[in-house]
Amino acid sequence: MSKEQLTVVGGGLVGAAIAYGAARKGAKVRVLDQGDAAFRASRGNFGLVWLSSKGGGMPRYARWTRDAIRQWPELHKELLEVTGVDSGLEQNGGFWLGFSEKEVEKRANLLAKIHDEVGDIPFQMMDHSELKQYLPGIGPKVVGGSFGAHDGHANPLMLLRALHAGLNEKGAEVITGADVVDLQHRENSGFIVTARDGQSWKSDRLVLAAGLGISKLAEKVGLYAPVTTTRGQVLITERLKPFIPYPTNKARQTQEGSVQIGSTSEDVGFDDRTTTDKIEWLAKRAVDTFPSLANARLVRAWGALRPLTPDGYPIYQASEACPGAYAVICHSGVTLASIHASAIGPWMSGLAEAPEEFETFRSERFLDPNASFTNDH
Amino acid sequence: MTISFEGKNLEVPAGISVASALLAGGARDFRSSIVGNAPRAPYCMMGVCFECLLEIDGVPARQSCLITVRDGMKIKQQLGAPELEDINAGVNHE
Repeated sequence: MSKEQLTVVGGGLVGAAIAYGAARKGAKVRVLDQGDAAFRASRGNFGLVWLSSKGGGMPRYARWTRDAIRQWPELHKELLEVTGVDSGLEQNGGFWLGFSEKEVEKRANLLAKIHDEVGDIPFQMMDHSELKQYLPGIGPKVVGGSFGAHDGHANPLMLLRALHAGLNEKGAEVITGADVVDLQHRENSGFIVTARDGQSWKSDRLVLAAGLGISKLAEKVGLYAPVTTTRGQVLITERLKPFIPYPTNKARQTQEGSVQIGSTSEDVGFDDRTTTDKIEWLAKRAVDTFPSLANARLVRAWGALRPLTPDGYPIYQASEACPGAYAVICHSGVTLASIHASAIGPWMSGLAEAPEEFETFRSERFLDPNASFTNDH
Repeated sequence: MTISFEGKNLEVPAGISVASALLAGGARDFRSSIVGNAPRAPYCMMGVCFECLLEIDGVPARQSCLITVRDGMKIKQQLGAPELEDINAGVNHE
């Protein structure tokens, strides 16, 4: 039997990780990437590899993230060996920092709830003086925080580069500038994928990982893929001597020395600009957190749109109307890259079963007329 | 006017940038890369690439292509990354 062809629409972190996971298991893989006209959420990712506080409303998501975190060292090592590209993983723990007792108490309750529901997601609450032992640079306004020993960070741009280099090494075909506009399903003969410029490709299987462009494509193969967006603005300082030894929810220092200050979470539709008021807010908050940042020069600010489902949790969905077609929407393309490669790639290329209890992530959850959703968590 | 680079005096015309003045005076090693320690020199000359960083009058990591020479300026190489505590906030040479 000849190998099935898998086509992944979307070459960002989500599509590339799934495609890599399929290709290294031996699937015949093609990736269609839209090009720079797309919103390119992967380029705006903050770079945290983060478990703490994830899945407060969906224990399956907390377990999924926990498993991804555990598999990350293996992915990092493998990509380095296969491609020579270092995705910059550091997993020495990370901090959430709070400015009020109330905020800190809320955090403690959330982490305790997740730990009780899911198990094995330990955390430690710390007051200012305890925090200071780990993060000597914090200012007096930081009243407390939480530490997650499993948290860390990576370099999202290098991860994306490593995945693409890995695709190349594993024999996958990556076609850039392919703006996919049409999909057709032919009974017993798979799919026909057509781009705006008229190019088309035949495929046995189809994964839609098209970020903000996914909804219209998904409809064409019987998939419901509701997507909204959140804008994150980020500030970058000049490269500085290391002084923030652990990543935090408000700032992290990269291996190269830049401090990345983030991020906002704004519901502004398809607008990826930066705004003066948010830049000011981010800068003030960063200086409240690490006062010496007042002396740092900023070199860049950017805004980026990230795809989000109505409840903030991912969609992993197989089409019933068009077998062989799948949709993925996910907010955390860096954190989940490892498990997208190890579990989603093999599943969607037909080489493995779906992971257990995966019906939780089906998009039907949004069709209940009596349910309401928030992704503000 | 006279400026000094790594302790050596240079006679330079007024009105040009520090980066231009040092390049014309033969300097090539402006800074060392923070990541690989390799010697670096100005590249874009328009404030974008951050290759031309120097310590100017005790203030580290200045973009020398954007700063005009001033008589008596004391300039040093920028070796590695600056430490935040050493940065003298508020000093401005423009």
